[in-house]
Amino acid sequence: MTAQTQTRKPIRASRIAIYAALFLAAAFYLLPVYVLFITGMKSFQEVNLSRMWDLPSGFHFDSYITAWFGSEKESITGLAGNFMNSIYLAIPATLFSAVLGSLNGYVLAKWKFRGSNILFPLMLFGMFIPYQSILIPLVQVLKNMSLYGSIQGLIFVHVVYGIPITTLIFRNYFAEIPTELIEAAKIDGAGILGIYRHILFPISMPGFVVVMIWQFQSIWNDFLFGVIVTSRPTVQPMTVALNNMAGSYVVQWNVQMAGALIAALPTLLVFIFLGRYFMRGLLAGSLKG
Amino acid sequence: MRRVSSDRIIALAMLTPSVIAIAIFVYGFIGFTGFSSFTNWNSLVPDFSTVGWRNYERLFSAIPTDRFLLDLRNTVSFTILFLIACIVLGFLLAVLLDQRVKGEGIFRSIFLFPMAISFIVTGVVWRWLLNPGTVQTGSSGVNLLFEKIGLGFLRWGWFTDPTIWHIKPDTGLGQFLVGIGLDGIASPYFGVPVAIFSLVIAATWQMSGYTMAMFLAGLRGIPEELREAARVDGANEIQIYRHVIIPLLQPITLSAVIVLGHISLKIFDLVVSMTGPGPAFATDVPAFFMWDTTFRGNNFAQGAAIATILLVSVAVLIVPYLINTMRTEAEL
Repeated sequence: MTAQTQTRKPIRASRIAIYAALFLAAAFYLLPVYVLFITGMKSFQEVNLSRMWDLPSGFHFDSYITAWFGSEKESITGLAGNFMNSIYLAIPATLFSAVLGSLNGYVLAKWKFRGSNILFPLMLFGMFIPYQSILIPLVQVLKNMSLYGSIQGLIFVHVVYGIPITTLIFRNYFAEIPTELIEAAKIDGAGILGIYRHILFPISMPGFVVVMIWQFQSIWNDFLFGVIVTSRPTVQPMTVALNNMAGSYVVQWNVQMAGALIAALPTLLVFIFLGRYFMRGLLAGSLKG
Repeated sequence: MRRVSSDRIIALAMLTPSVIAIAIFVYGFIGFTGFSSFTNWNSLVPDFSTVGWRNYERLFSAIPTDRFLLDLRNTVSFTILFLIACIVLGFLLAVLLDQRVKGEGIFRSIFLFPMAISFIVTGVVWRWLLNPGTVQTGSSGVNLLFEKIGLGFLRWGWFTDPTIWHIKPDTGLGQFLVGIGLDGIASPYFGVPVAIFSLVIAATWQMSGYTMAMFLAGLRGIPEELREAARVDGANEIQIYRHVIIPLLQPITLSAVIVLGHISLKIFDLVVSMTGPGPAFATDVPAFFMWDTTFRGNNFAQGAAIATILLVSVAVLIVPYLINTMRTEAEL
């Protein structure tokens, strides 16, 4: 009995230490979320840097309303239009990327040809490059294609530079599928397109989910392409508009915080509801598919 | 026979649009940028007369501005601090979560969710959190929080602090360096800007969940028998980590260094939204300088030179990794 309590005691103490450390770490990660929430909820009279950590007196949604609709009196442009721009940008670009990636991945996994093992890493390199190294000609070419300064132009850019990662994820996904399945279908007389449509496409939904979450998140969160390709505020995506709002001296910081929360919401919701697939994309991004 | 060959043609046709797109938009554009960096195109009007290495020489000299030299110092400081912070914090969190804790899923989500949001959002929020406040209005942000919980001595200027930590020439070590002709090392060009810590904190907040997830997956892959065997041999828990677990996690650490290292070399969004170039360029980085000088200053050739240096530094890190990954895959 005494021996048992003796061995148990140090374990208890270390359990407490483990939980204490975890709660401390959790506090660090949640600190910005706490400030985002309480600041966004404060009324304009309560907004004061020296009372930054105090709870709001009640639920006030004025900051969110100003961040979303803007305010003519203070000449603040709301983020509603830019939020919609990001939707019109991210959804089509995600769909196109996924379709293109699945076709490329299918060929590179199941229809290998001479040189495909060299072609694939050459394509992959495109996802690691600093985009600064392609921006100068990109702007010129988009201007020549009359795509510069439009959402269509941004969709095009995201689809092109999304090719490496979407191809990688689908190639690794299709590589797991037994080649015998393809061989059997070939003997039955099925062609490359038939095999894709009737065999691989129906079982590739998890692959599509991973790729679409990854692309949606990276397109929604992108800033560099947005700020380079779109210069007119009415076509700018959410991140660019939020950065402009945060850089303006007219806009009070509770409105900035409300705007930041609105900008983070779509990808946060995806993370909360589809976190499992988010993790798979993350690991694929480090080439460990 | 005919069937197979037509399938081959269709396969190539499916791949061709992407291959052409990558050939032009990645390799062609890189080539164009590389070429532009040797031209005189430093105004709105394209001028493709070549000037040799002049754009590069200007970056590495202190005249007319030493901004790029400061950027290199900042990038090196940021990368080292950011990598250490992410790896240490990620490893500790993974070890804690590996102790069969209750609510592991919730903790994991709390450590990971910042990865889902934009660096712009992170920058906007942390800029207010680390806003030191002014003498007139009093402290704000975390400084105020420190005061409230009685840790006022931790107050700091954060990203507004222009101090550079470096070896002073009038100290013993400094005089030694000056004596052997290495006075460059005892100057602010070889230092750590205090303001960069603010960027490191925000970036670590966002990215350490990634290392946590990688290490946790690695820890879960280590068979329990290995730990048992070490315990039988009389090793205590700390020795088991030092001699068994950490060596086994080395490949994961290496890929974390490469993935986070290339993100850190390219860091841009966070700088734009959080600090900008900072006091005396203390938080300026090459990616920001390139954007600033190219698209605000119309110095296209100068910007192309910065972009090329940035690309080469990323390629040095990534290309061996890519080749290695492909080779291990081919062996399987």
